[in-house]
Amino acid sequence: MKHYEVEILDAKTRDKLCFLDKVEPNATIAEIKNLFTKSHPQWYPARQSLRLDPKGKSLKDEDVLQNLPVGTTATLYFRDLGAQISWVTVFLTEYAGPLLIYLLFYFRVPFIYGPKYDFTSSKHSVVHLACICHSFHYVKRLLETIFVHRFSHGTMPLRNIFKNCTYYWGFAAWMAYYINHPLYTPPTYGDEQVKLALIIFLFCQLGNFSIHIALRNLRPAGSKTRKIPYPTKNPFTWLFLLVSCPNYTYEVGSWIGFAIMTQCLPVALFSLVGFIQMTIWAKGSTAAI
Amino acid sequence: MNNLDTLVFLEFSFENYPFSFFSRWLVLAIAMVRFYMQKGTYKGLYKTIQKTLKFFQTFAVLEVVHCAVGIVHTSVLVTGVQVSSRIFMVWFITHSIKQIQNEESVILFLVVWTVTEITRYSFYTFNLLNHLPYFIKWARYNFFIILYPVGVAGELLTIHAALPYVKKTGIFSLRLPNKYNVSFDYYYFLIIVMASYIPCKYYYTLIIPRTQ
Repeated sequence: MKHYEVEILDAKTRDKLCFLDKVEPNATIAEIKNLFTKSHPQWYPARQSLRLDPKGKSLKDEDVLQNLPVGTTATLYFRDLGAQISWVTVFLTEYAGPLLIYLLFYFRVPFIYGPKYDFTSSKHSVVHLACICHSFHYVKRLLETIFVHRFSHGTMPLRNIFKNCTYYWGFAAWMAYYINHPLYTPPTYGDEQVKLALIIFLFCQLGNFSIHIALRNLRPAGSKTRKIPYPTKNPFTWLFLLVSCPNYTYEVGSWIGFAIMTQCLPVALFSLVGFIQMTIWAKGSTAAI
Repeated sequence: MNNLDTLVFLEFSFENYPFSFFSRWLVLAIAMVRFYMQKGTYKGLYKTIQKTLKFFQTFAVLEVVHCAVGIVHTSVLVTGVQVSSRIFMVWFITHSIKQIQNEESVILFLVVWTVTEITRYSFYTFNLLNHLPYFIKWARYNFFIILYPVGVAGELLTIHAALPYVKKTGIFSLRLPNKYNVSFDYYYFLIIVMASYIPCKYYYTLIIPRTQ
């Protein structure tokens, strides 16, 4: 069996960073990344982007050396992706924040509303219901992160955690402040409005969860395969016939339900911003399919 | 003032748009100098030129359009931020909070804006005519060093002067309780604007050399 030689050059400066000889032809990019880390320990595999062309797309970890369009001396170009953090860490942090922050406002912890309101309770039943729904939503997200989701990328750039947490924590504080405020005004149409909103919210939570389970079942444990989602016997999945990412549809639906329930403008704005962001993501997913 | 307005309107229909902008600001400068020479004071100056100022500064929105369409090769974002900050000052501070119109800081930033715009538009005008006197080019890049911080100072002092009136009248503010369960305090918003002036304007000075 003929061995390959692999030289790794910096994509920007074309400096020779590493030379590997006696590489197995069936070696994967992941294995090559591990070998590269040995000579440059500060560049752990998650922050390496190896490509055949300095300006080209990154090679996948699963790609096999002998299947690539290279000669027996392969030249790979390296780009540093920057400090990385695992998706799981980011998700857990960005979801735990809103859960706790909302509760601080709900229990009217000191220094928020003024001393005479400290640790008092709202007299409106919708405020208690809202707290249950909001908390349920984020507990669901945390549990899904731990038990349901299967991530194709292990990591994302470190700066994302600051950006994401600012977004989630900031909006959570903003909406929680008004909903739990002593001067909160309950919905105009009273119990009818709250009941309708609760039905929408629960329906969408269930829908969102169904899609997450359906997506998980498409991808066997430990694999990074991507399969095209399709509707199943579960009626909630029939939305796949209309949209490529029904989990996002149900997510926006949940927040619209919550906005109607609380009749709080910041919640509506959060739904809108989320809708815009998820549309951008969905368009990327649709293109990939 | 009416004759000057007519003159400006004619200029506006010119093909050479920087020239029309240049002449507008020159008109404004002349009006300001005339007023001071006649009255001997700057009190009441703002009231006299305010219509012209609002007219010109609002039309600066065209500049953003020019960038978007591609006639001018500056970024839409940079121009948009610049124009927005001017429109904010004119409409949301000096127009809305009348009590501060005779402050010295208002004259300060008006003079800075006038000199800046005259320099800038004469630069563009001469550029389009392919005959750029060295002085104009020098002025464009060097006046900015003094004018920019002075202008920022004038604007900041003006916003600061407006604060007590904003607090008293509660202008542009929405208080609880209301059925949308949201509130907005223009007073604190202005304080945040003032705090963000330094980093934002500093960041702008880093960008400007690159857009040339």
